[in-house]
Amino acid sequence: MSNKIELTTPLSDEDVEKLNIGDKVYLNGTIYTGRDAAHKRLVDLVNEGKELPFDVKGQVIYYVGPAPAKPGKPIGSAGPTTSYRMDAYAPTLMELGMKGMIGKGNRAPEVVEAMKKHKAVYLGATGGAGALIAKSIKKAEIVAYEDLGPEAIRKLEVEDFPVVVINDTRGNDLYVEGAKKYSKE
Amino acid sequence: MREVQTDEITKMVRDLFIDSNCNIGDDLLAAYDKGIETDESPVAKEVFKELKENVRIAREEHSPICQDTGLAVVFVELGQDVHIVGGDFNDAINEGVRQGYADGYLRKSSCDPFTRKNVGDNTPAIIHLEIVQGDKIKIMAVPKGGGAENMSRVHMLTPSQGIEGIKDFIVNRLKESGSNPCPPTIVGVGIGGTFERTAILAKKALLRKVGERNPDPKIAEAEKEVLSRINKLGIGPMGYGGTTSCLDVFFEVEPCHIASLPLAVNVQCHASRHKEATI
Ligand code: SF4
Repeated sequence: MSNKIELTTPLSDEDVEKLNIGDKVYLNGTIYTGRDAAHKRLVDLVNEGKELPFDVKGQVIYYVGPAPAKPGKPIGSAGPTTSYRMDAYAPTLMELGMKGMIGKGNRAPEVVEAMKKHKAVYLGATGGAGALIAKSIKKAEIVAYEDLGPEAIRKLEVEDFPVVVINDTRGNDLYVEGAKKYSKE
Repeated sequence: MREVQTDEITKMVRDLFIDSNCNIGDDLLAAYDKGIETDESPVAKEVFKELKENVRIAREEHSPICQDTGLAVVFVELGQDVHIVGGDFNDAINEGVRQGYADGYLRKSSCDPFTRKNVGDNTPAIIHLEIVQGDKIKIMAVPKGGGAENMSRVHMLTPSQGIEGIKDFIVNRLKESGSNPCPPTIVGVGIGGTFERTAILAKKALLRKVGERNPDPKIAEAEKEVLSRINKLGIGPMGYGGTTSCLDVFFEVEPCHIASLPLAVNVQCHASRHKEATI
């Protein structure tokens, strides 16, 4: 546990397979944002056999609805939102090649299973550390669904974006193991 | 009768929401420091360091510490000798919310429950009004994020379940909530009253500072016991495992019906934001 690793997107199977729960990862490159409403639209497109507004292959989706950017800044505070609301949609996106999700909070067993099957990882960003996380976002650009406001899909350029591995590709879960280790019940 | 202009109220509400979102209380910073010192998990210590650094950046840049700048909850203690002039009292508060969330670059999270369409200006404020003695108006602003709020519950216990039933319910609620409410949490507990009153008590409990005990020594003991039980769950900051899962537990207690034992657990995250001012 607790290695420090740097990764640059897009991610390959090998990139994610070497990760273990508890590893601290610094992400570089491009990641995409999306939360409830955007996920619904993406999966509706998949079900209709239509093309997505961006290629999810090798990509990482960050569950975030940022605060508005102040003048001269690329983005406002941008910490993670609770991930379970995206559980219904995540397996479909992993099937299309998505390699990582960033959020906070537990995932459903189906999502953890899908991570094993499609070689993907779930990464935790520190909830509530929105001002700190925004520092590692260098550029933000809306690529779809501008009408959704904070929920629009944004393409982010990140440098040393700090995350912790919560679910690896072998079905391990930091939430379960961490609590087990420190429980005094 | 002392006259207070509605635009003074608007200005105060505006400033309180910007300040509370960007500038967290020193009681919380002290609690983060304690976490760095005492948590047994190295990963947990790292999280506390991040939280501290986050507060520093937010203060320096005057940006919100969390992107979820909440629904705008407002507690008002209105002195009975105040005469409000210049407009409608509720409108004045809502206008303050509107201005604060626009001018402070705060996220607007209020939406239609069915269409999910964003209202656009984070109104309406959730206003809890109490009439008190005197000629002052005290306003407390509590921006309340969705993640922790979603973990909250109201539960009507049977009176025979008593204080032990209450303690078990709270600890289980936090156990089930796990990593979702951005632990380490703060837990506001309402006991007594009616179905709706107990929930307001739980919310009001969140206005206390970390370490501030209920004045009744028996209730204070129960607060400490529940806090220690939650910290034994091992959840840790962000749920990554650790010995600091909760920063404090606050009970607010009122009489209830002979047939009931209402309990509300209002879960709050480590970003427990609240600020108050008086005119
Ligand atoms: S639970 Fe609190 S700290 Fe976490 S995202 Fe919501 S408002 Fe922010």
